Amino acid sequence: MEESSSSSTRSAAQTHKIKEKEPQKGGKKRTKAEEEEEEELFNFKSKSTEEEEEDEDLSDSEDSIFSGLEDSGSDEDDDDEELSDDGDEEGLDDGELKLEQTQQIGIETKKETEETGETEETEGGRTEKAKQEDEYVHDSSDEEDIRNTVGNVPMEWYRDFPHIGYNLDGKKIYKPIRNKDELDDFLDKMDNPDYWRTVPDKQTGSDVVLSDEQVQLVNRLQRGQFGDANFNEYEPQVEFFSRDVMLHPVTNRPADKRSFIPSLIEKEKVSKLVHAIKMGWIKPRRVEDDSRGRYYDLWANEDSSILARHKMHLPAPKIPLPGHQESYNPPPEYLFTDEERALWEQQDPCDRKLPFVPRKFSSLRQVPAFSRFIHERFERCLDLYLCPRQRKMRVNVNPEDLIPKLPKPKDLQPFPTTQSLVYRGHSGLVRSISVSPSGQWLASGSDDGSVRFWEVCSSRCLKTVQVGGAVKSVAWNPNPSVCLLAVALDSVVLILSPSLADRQVVLSSERLLSAPQEADANEGAGPVTWSETEGEELNHGIRLKIQHPKAVQQVSWHAKGDYVASVMPDHSSNLQVLIHQLSRRRSQNPFRKNKGLVQCVSFHPVRPYFFVGTQRSVRIYNLVKQEMTKKLQANSKWISSMAVHPGGDHVICGSYDCRLSWFDLDLSTKPYKMLRHHKKAVRGVAYHRLYPLFASASDDGTVIVCHGTVYNDLLQNPLIVPVKVLRGHEITHDLGVLDVTFHPTQPWVFSSGADATIRLFT
Amino acid sequence: MGGLQKKKYERGSATNYITRNKARKKLQLSLPDFRRLCILKGIYPHEPKHKKKVNKGSTAPRTFYLLKDIRFLLHEPIVGKFREYKVFVRKLKKAYGKTEWSSVERLKENKPAYKLDHIIKERYPSFIDALRDIDDALCMCFLFSTFARTGKCHVQTIQLCRRLTVEWMNYVIASRALKKVFISIKGIYYQAEAMGQLITWLVPYQFSHDHPTDVDYRVMATFTEFYTTLLGFINFRLYHSLNLLYPPKVSWTLKQSQMKLSALSASLARVVSTAEEDEAELDQFPVDGEDMANMEAREKEQKQEEAQKKLFEGLKFFLNREVPRESLAFLIRCFGGEVSWDKSVCIGSTYEVKDETITHQIVDRPNIDKQYINRYYIQPQWVYDCVNAKIILPVEDYFLGVTLPPHLSPFVEEKDGDYVPPEKLKIMALQRGEKPAHEQEDEEEEEEEDEEEEEEEEEDDNEEEGDDGEEAEEKNLKKMEEQRSQGKSLSVKVTAGKVKVENPARLEQEEKAEEKRLAIMMMKKKEKYLYDKIMFGKKRKVREANKLAAKRKAHDDAEKSKKKARK
Repeated sequence: MEESSSSSTRSAAQTHKIKEKEPQKGGKKRTKAEEEEEEELFNFKSKSTEEEEEDEDLSDSEDSIFSGLEDSGSDEDDDDEELSDDGDEEGLDDGELKLEQTQQIGIETKKETEETGETEETEGGRTEKAKQEDEYVHDSSDEEDIRNTVGNVPMEWYRDFPHIGYNLDGKKIYKPIRNKDELDDFLDKMDNPDYWRTVPDKQTGSDVVLSDEQVQLVNRLQRGQFGDANFNEYEPQVEFFSRDVMLHPVTNRPADKRSFIPSLIEKEKVSKLVHAIKMGWIKPRRVEDDSRGRYYDLWANEDSSILARHKMHLPAPKIPLPGHQESYNPPPEYLFTDEERALWEQQDPCDRKLPFVPRKFSSLRQVPAFSRFIHERFERCLDLYLCPRQRKMRVNVNPEDLIPKLPKPKDLQPFPTTQSLVYRGHSGLVRSISVSPSGQWLASGSDDGSVRFWEVCSSRCLKTVQVGGAVKSVAWNPNPSVCLLAVALDSVVLILSPSLADRQVVLSSERLLSAPQEADANEGAGPVTWSETEGEELNHGIRLKIQHPKAVQQVSWHAKGDYVASVMPDHSSNLQVLIHQLSRRRSQNPFRKNKGLVQCVSFHPVRPYFFVGTQRSVRIYNLVKQEMTKKLQANSKWISSMAVHPGGDHVICGSYDCRLSWFDLDLSTKPYKMLRHHKKAVRGVAYHRLYPLFASASDDGTVIVCHGTVYNDLLQNPLIVPVKVLRGHEITHDLGVLDVTFHPTQPWVFSSGADATIRLFT
Repeated sequence: MGGLQKKKYERGSATNYITRNKARKKLQLSLPDFRRLCILKGIYPHEPKHKKKVNKGSTAPRTFYLLKDIRFLLHEPIVGKFREYKVFVRKLKKAYGKTEWSSVERLKENKPAYKLDHIIKERYPSFIDALRDIDDALCMCFLFSTFARTGKCHVQTIQLCRRLTVEWMNYVIASRALKKVFISIKGIYYQAEAMGQLITWLVPYQFSHDHPTDVDYRVMATFTEFYTTLLGFINFRLYHSLNLLYPPKVSWTLKQSQMKLSALSASLARVVSTAEEDEAELDQFPVDGEDMANMEAREKEQKQEEAQKKLFEGLKFFLNREVPRESLAFLIRCFGGEVSWDKSVCIGSTYEVKDETITHQIVDRPNIDKQYINRYYIQPQWVYDCVNAKIILPVEDYFLGVTLPPHLSPFVEEKDGDYVPPEKLKIMALQRGEKPAHEQEDEEEEEEEDEEEEEEEEEDDNEEEGDDGEEAEEKNLKKMEEQRSQGKSLSVKVTAGKVKVENPARLEQEEKAEEKRLAIMMMKKKEKYLYDKIMFGKKRKVREANKLAAKRKAHDDAEKSKKKARK
């Protein structure tokens, strides 16, 4: 038992050492150490009851003392450095407290300690007395107080002996006489109030009464608390190895040699870096460039040398400035109505006139953020760098300047201006009209199957001839010495002698018709048959009937009045145009070949030329030489009508694509002028015989009279000025004016229309 | 014939243009880098005249750049920087991948940077050129200055934009250059005149932005990079033109809005204390006739401008907390007024509400509890309208809780024939110095309008009557004709003839109109097309103006009837 206790004390001392060296160790260890210390104390108390003996484990105690001193010294040092003076004082107070405690523990031991203190003083004398005492109280090295010198041997070895060990002088320590039996023990238990705190001491065999302090100590230990009541488990930790540089070293170990000589590894690294810098692999640290955010007078010296490049540069157009409708509080007229809003929502974003909906807010604080703001800026950015820029020449002309300067119509009089007479009587549309060379009579052919003769001045219908078919064309013989009318209907051409002139004239025409009897025999197998009329027809004035193989569209007289040409439009045959000689009752087909659908024909007023208008062109044939002299390109689709200038050098053509082309035969085969005055197909054109006027009739119900001066000077181009738009005809069945013709002497124009009327404009 | 055959597309326009992809390859740049370069250098595509020729016979849609432009880009030092940056990024990635932090540090320190000074000098060889092109720069900087730190762009950019815009506003205040201002639904437009150039910019309202996802912020950031540099140099120059120190001494440490305001309320330190504005007075030249009139007009205009500059001088404003403080403070200071606001709202207030010398308090709420007698309580639109009208407008229309008169755009300049809103006419009358006799004048105007309309109607009637007369005659004739043709004996009756009153002026007019019509018929095809187009445009304009007028009239009538109903 003794042995184990001594070993435990040694180990306790060691742990103490460790503890003192490493004060930051956990509290658990500390508690263990304290426990052992308490045990020692207990031992020491028990021994104190025995006789005084010399300490045998002196070396042990010495060791502990040494270690304690050393530790305490270092401890103090640390305290000095880390803690304030107060801490030191506290330590002192603690020492005093503990001193008092020991005094209370046992009066008997006091003497002994004093003695040992003296001995120690003689031995060492290095430390102060108070400190020493302090040391004993704390330390477990109370072995010197052990009176029994058997050491750490199991006490049962002495069971059979009267003594229990030996004191310091080598004399036997006798066991106390145990004469108590069970009864005594019981009585003692009943009587002795200190019985519960009386404990037998195994080493001495005597009973020891524990003092109050000792009892408390036992209680504390049983509860698992520290033995020392005043011990503070939560003392502040002392940081030895902190980041602060301390005045004194933690250890006073001298510095190594290697800390004084340069490192080889570092040297190698540095030389590598130096080499890399030399070779340019590593660039030295850049000097901080702070000129980036610094502004200066960039345009201090403006030179024009760079300007050269900017000739081609187009600055971006600025954003258009906002109008009233963008206001937060626009005038009410700029706000959208419901329909406008619906339309805006329906439209594609690119089609919208405004990219936003105008809105009205009653006060500024109600205006929200514009949700497309960033979008709009972004789109502007895209425009700036992605849109091709182009310089657009904006035409900045006054529209008035574009209107050509023409002579005033007032100065170009006379020309027809007002509708003066309306000739009513036909029941069908009037396809064709013709004025007698004298200018007194007007003949008209209508779809109602009648030819009517009108007096021009009075608009009276003098005569109506029922011809029994829709009249396609009528033409008055231009020769003033005869009075004949050619009428085309179905496949017949009729020659009428209306006997509306002087007797002289009527006679001469009669003569013309009756003269060429003998030539008849030659005819026979030709394509046409000439026949004289009889009976009823003769009474109406129909004198001759020229039967054609196909339907006749148009008839046209030669200026002399002997020849009449008839047109039978047909795609497939060359028999489209026939020229009939009235005086000899002979017909001939001038063309061997089919050169397109013939629309109209006309004789040249003075020279032996013959104009044939096909759908796209006008061919001019020389009748004497029997060859084509010219082919005029009308540049229009489907020529409808044609008229030749009385001078014979100019031709106008009307076409179904609303155009009127003026050809100058001296110039080119292309039209000299194209007039697009009409809105619809041109049906008829006409020249005035004396005045420089021409007229065109169209399906849009208008007759446009133009002034067309032809100068004798060949170098001067003809002057064409529209002078009057004549309206009056009503449009029926999409047909307006069908034919137009001038009065031979007066500046009057006649027009016939689909509304079954003929109108005279003067 | 001998000789080498000429190859197609080796000369002419085909060699002057280059497609975008080819240009990119030639410059050895990625598409984003190419885009950045184009933005910075101001290179834009061109539309060739003969696209097919340039496209070497293909009709595929391509973007073409001028070859010269691309060659010009080849010499740009920034291209080298772009490449360096690319290498830098690659190295950095590698270092990160290998977790070599020291080399990451080193690389980051050596991050390549470029400057745009030379590009600005090159794109805008003269200062005026730069000033002319500053509109977009200002709009963009003002937009960026309202951005929050959302990661859409660098914080430094936002701060720089804020700084530059405040500097610009300070310049405008110092030079009293502001001319017009307009509150639109998008934001507030300002127009200032600097060095003879009209500069317009748009400032968004102070709300946080709802950042759209279909916007490429990199493009915007590149533009902003260029614009901030440009604006900085322009600010520098402008400040120096006023003998002001640049950068101005404003404490930039303050927060955004506060910074703006304090900057606006602080006057700028001058380098040299100049004597009173030495306005160059117009020299009197001995001139005659028209020039004289011109001179007078110009002088008058200048006088007016001078007056506008001192519009709010002597007035003391107080801004309530609900009005847009920055805009109003800027405006009022631009025209020489004094302005303050509540101390608790923002720093920089100079006087309190209790100040007895305040003349106008700007309020944007229906009513206010405590009102001082000796000041006007007006809505903010008054300030804007005054600036645009260049006069102090009567405050009656702008009192608290009053329905405001419409806010008109000052940028619209009506030519004759355009629609002019009646409010604008009223303001113009005020400008001419006519007294606003409110209700009466309105009524008079209305009456006048009515009269005019009536006259117009009468004219129409006349025309109609004339037509009617002719038509009636025609009808009569037709009837007679019919009767005659049916073989009935005419009811012989002589009716008294009417004397046709012919208006000589009208006749003449008609004649002229006909003449014109006939002349138009003789126009050449090309000219006719042009003429028709012009006339179409004119007619459309008239139609629009009429539509607006009609809408207004309908609205006014509705209002009137409402008023009557209430009575």
